Amino acid sequence: MRFMLLFSRQGKLRLQKWYLATSDKERKKMVRELMQVVLARKPKMCSFLEWRDLKVVYKRYASLYFCCAIEGQDNELITLELIHRYVELLDKYFGSVCELDIIFNFEKAYFILDEFLMGGDVQDTSKKSVLKAIEQADLLQEVRAGPVRKRRKRTKAKGALPTLDTLPAGPSCPFPTSLWRLAPKAPGWPAGPQALTARGGR
Amino acid sequence: MSDIVEKTLTALPGLFLQNQSVSGPAAAKASFSSRLGGLVRGITALTSKHEEEKLIQQELNNLKATVSAPTTTLKMMKECMVRLIYCEMLGYDASFGYIHAIKLAQQGNLLEKRVGYLAVSLFLHESHELLLLLVNTVVKDLQSTNLVEVCMALTIVSQIFPREMIPAVLPLIEDKLQHSKEIIRRKAVLALYKFYLIAPNQVQHIHIKFRKALCDRDVGVMAASLHIYLRMIKENSSAYKDLTGSFVTILKQVVGGKLPVDFNYHSVPAPWLQIQLLRILGLLGKDDQRTSELMYDVLDESLRRAELNHNVTYAILFECVHTVYSVYPKSELLEKAAKCIGRFVLSPKINLKYLGLKALTYVIQQDPTLALQHQMTIIECLDHPDPIIKREVLGEYSYLLDKETPEEVITKLYKLLRSDSISSETKAWIIAAVTKLTPQAHSSNIVERLIQEFTTSLDTCLRQHAFELKHLHENVKFMKGLLPVDKSCEDMVVDASLSFLDGFVAEELSQGAAPYKPHHQRQEEKLSQGKVLSFEPYGLSFSSSGFSGRQSPAGISLGSDISGNSTETGLKETNSLKLEGIKKLWGKEGYLPKKESKTGDETEALPVPQENIIMENVDQIITKNDQSQALTQSKEEKEKQLLASSLFVGLGSESTISLLGKADTLSHKFRRKSKVKETKSGQTTTAENVTRSSFSSSSNVTYEEDYYLDNFQDRGDKEIKKFSLNSELLDSESLTELPLIEKISNCRLSTPSLFAVNNMEVFHPPQSTAASVANEISLASSLLEETTEHMHSDLMEVCHNETISVSSYKIWKDECLLMVWSVFNKSASELKSANLEIAPAENFKITEQPGCCLPVIEAESTRNFQYSVQMEKPFTEGNLSGFINYQVMDTHSVQLEFSVNLSLLDFIRPLKISTEDFGKLWLSFANDVKQNVKMSESQAALPSTLKALQQELRLHVVDIIGNEGLLACQLLPSIPCLLHFRVHGDMLALWFRSSCSTLPDYLLYQCQKIIFHYRLLQDIEYNSLWYTVSPCCLSILCIAICIC
Repeated sequence: MRFMLLFSRQGKLRLQKWYLATSDKERKKMVRELMQVVLARKPKMCSFLEWRDLKVVYKRYASLYFCCAIEGQDNELITLELIHRYVELLDKYFGSVCELDIIFNFEKAYFILDEFLMGGDVQDTSKKSVLKAIEQADLLQEVRAGPVRKRRKRTKAKGALPTLDTLPAGPSCPFPTSLWRLAPKAPGWPAGPQALTARGGR
Repeated sequence: MSDIVEKTLTALPGLFLQNQSVSGPAAAKASFSSRLGGLVRGITALTSKHEEEKLIQQELNNLKATVSAPTTTLKMMKECMVRLIYCEMLGYDASFGYIHAIKLAQQGNLLEKRVGYLAVSLFLHESHELLLLLVNTVVKDLQSTNLVEVCMALTIVSQIFPREMIPAVLPLIEDKLQHSKEIIRRKAVLALYKFYLIAPNQVQHIHIKFRKALCDRDVGVMAASLHIYLRMIKENSSAYKDLTGSFVTILKQVVGGKLPVDFNYHSVPAPWLQIQLLRILGLLGKDDQRTSELMYDVLDESLRRAELNHNVTYAILFECVHTVYSVYPKSELLEKAAKCIGRFVLSPKINLKYLGLKALTYVIQQDPTLALQHQMTIIECLDHPDPIIKREVLGEYSYLLDKETPEEVITKLYKLLRSDSISSETKAWIIAAVTKLTPQAHSSNIVERLIQEFTTSLDTCLRQHAFELKHLHENVKFMKGLLPVDKSCEDMVVDASLSFLDGFVAEELSQGAAPYKPHHQRQEEKLSQGKVLSFEPYGLSFSSSGFSGRQSPAGISLGSDISGNSTETGLKETNSLKLEGIKKLWGKEGYLPKKESKTGDETEALPVPQENIIMENVDQIITKNDQSQALTQSKEEKEKQLLASSLFVGLGSESTISLLGKADTLSHKFRRKSKVKETKSGQTTTAENVTRSSFSSSSNVTYEEDYYLDNFQDRGDKEIKKFSLNSELLDSESLTELPLIEKISNCRLSTPSLFAVNNMEVFHPPQSTAASVANEISLASSLLEETTEHMHSDLMEVCHNETISVSSYKIWKDECLLMVWSVFNKSASELKSANLEIAPAENFKITEQPGCCLPVIEAESTRNFQYSVQMEKPFTEGNLSGFINYQVMDTHSVQLEFSVNLSLLDFIRPLKISTEDFGKLWLSFANDVKQNVKMSESQAALPSTLKALQQELRLHVVDIIGNEGLLACQLLPSIPCLLHFRVHGDMLALWFRSSCSTLPDYLLYQCQKIIFHYRLLQDIEYNSLWYTVSPCCLSILCIAICIC
């Protein structure tokens, strides 16, 4: 894999990981271009693109686009599954992950990604062992940093989210897109329009 | 909706930020943990980019103060780092924090170290100098007893590590291969994989350890080692054949569900591992029956097992099918694989459909009947809203045909063409598809209607395709030869390594051409180069050391052809070619799914052999010669390649003679158009073509061949003399490289090429008779002696009546422009008191050359009048008018008027200076014009562009250094102008300097014009082979002329 990008529907970059040395200027140019191309695509269109000399595989989860650039011989479908596995990992770690989780804890999202992919290749595909490694690191640091705190499980206590206080109550704003769950299944919060189809065909 | 939220989100942070800016770094400690939150919310609240910039700048200033303050704790530093990362992600420069990121990784506890490492991996690139400071930290952490620290160190190493420091950590990482924890072993293997990628030599000695990793008891470690093996096998599959058995066994176990459940992904056992193994097997079994036999069983098993209807099983299936088709074929397996592809194509899911169509391209080669089954589905795909799908579909059209249905398909395509909803790009593809179908259709009403409609299309691309179709359609036999119904195109053997060009490449290199560089290397160089022009004297920069057989420049265009066609026909042969960076070139117009053009296209970069190939192509059509044989032949007859164009004329004329007549209507139509705009060009071409036509009228092909052979050499010699070009650039081949461009503009470099012969009919004035042909030939022969010494334009008739014909031509002498008017007396009686006068013009000083005004012109003879013209003040276009009067048989006096166009270009001469002088002069000029021009990728070869400019504008190529070119010229009498060209990517940066203020602008305009022509021609030339084999080539000219 050459790089992975996460960006919002509004075209805001949320996460970027480059696996091939690329100059800063070139990166910015590529990000800008690719965002334009991907955001312009309609929901019914296929998830693969041929872009520059790369193949781009993207998938929208709720308000977030996950976008991977792979090379000629790589398998598009498995890359799509790779994205999905990453979302599952995020979901499990944050508990019903939504875009805001990634915005405010992007370093955690990076850690998970690093544990999942190493140098652009799949390192560990097991959900359990990736999260174990992350938790181990979390735990160790917290031992040193102070008393052990249980990582926030937010399946029902979404209120702990720093931004929720500021949300107006009432029907005028039921659920902001940035709070849409990226992955389905966990109860309580609405899934984004794409979240359900992400598991389609199962 | 999200806007509302984003606004509401930021109700608070305003307060928060105020608070922050008041309090100093020390006081901010308390609220540190939520600082990022504040920043994020602050940013989402803003409505304009400007406000965001202000806020971030403020934030960055705060951070700068904080990170450098001595009181800042590591914990605060960690928070700062997170915010810095965030700012960088938004596109702002946070480079002041880089050093602190390294410090944090060095000094922090685990929590802080992790963030420090993350920041380093996100901030720095592989060659950043600060990275050296990280090495010690990494070494220390690798030796740590804390697993988490070791993991972090391994992670950072696999992401970003300076190549030259690998030896410092290599032994430590090797040790980790024996670590008791599998997670460490796994990461160590991946880190070594990374080293293998960036510095394969450094890990050469541990190949044996990779084998150990492959046999590791932990599946994760084994899977990690497969990355290395895949790469190594890709590079040299024969060295690892002995492992085939192991890989097969592993795959068997995986498929059989013997792995721990942990590795399942949605109840499919280790899909990533399976795909990795399948890819490895595909590489090992390629063209190797014995090895392939070992894997048939497991492939069969894989196909059978993958039944679950889930995306991931499709991923495995897809890979499996690919493997089945890459290994030595086994019919039973192929059949099964083909069925699987059917499942893809028939799937309602667009992703699967897309991949299915892609896979069909290589399946069809083995088994066309399969495609027939899916024909209707595929046609339906044409209506699909996603253009990507449509493009795939069109690529397959010609294979999908049952012999009964081409009309049906064409009708459908035609309907599609007429609908407004599709882009012209797609339309171009569709016409290309129709072209492929036409030979198989029995009735062609629709095709004719289509041609009629689209030859007048406003879209150049569409028109081009329509013309292609038209010409082919008019000559069915020829078309059937080009587009065989039996799909035999795939059988053509393509010498993908282009070894037959090696000799040519070596020769070019020895004559100073820049060695070919692969795409990534060029890009690296581009990055490493500074932006400014270096004024230091350039040394000799040419070397042929970089040359190796595989890297012949033409390789790139072959690759592009294949990728552009998005078929994988040639894949087997081209695996070893660099394919990166090529798709762009072929993205749109390049998508001409014509298999047979491959042979021509691959050699486009080197026109002489190209013609040779085309010749062979024609040859093939005529004599049904075996293509591969022809290629081998060409290899043996390398010396003949130099004379290829002459041979080509012989063969070309035979194959095109029958086409000439039919092409006439069209050509006249276009000729008229072009005449309006470029009368000059039309007429001068006539003169030349007519000269040539007298030679080609001979039907004896062999004779022609011989003639042109000699002629070619002669001319080559002469032209060398004429041009006194830079010797590095000039040899007889380089002159023939640009046959097309020469036809377009006025500068007459009479190159013996096919076009001259073919165009004969086109530009021939209808009234010209055998007599006038003779007449003009005699005119041509009467060129002044000076013409052999200087560059000159071709004869151009400026006026005529029944008794005389006046032609003129320009001789670009070193010190002035010499205008020569040739007066030819056509009548049988002599003319008396002939007098030619040129009216004075405001911009020129005109001096009559002595001894050229003759009172008497004998019957059927030619007299020359010469005037030297000097420019008095700069202008762009000027006119010289004059008249000739004479008396016939002492009776009455006749006066004829004429005029000739002059352009500033006529007064541009090469300025022969050395590179050092160039540097000095450059600095002394004040007038400066810069411009970037987009070029096609194919054009990126600077030398050929410069050559075109050199020939067209009479510039002197001072030097070519890497991707920079220096040219110099002067405007007579002595206004110098210097040009600097630099290629980066597909952009050409032009930079002009002169002491005169208007000259750079003018030259820029001229250069752009030339480059544009050149690009246009090249693009077209690249796109279709048959332009160069048939009279269709005139449509290039027509299009070019129309546009300009």
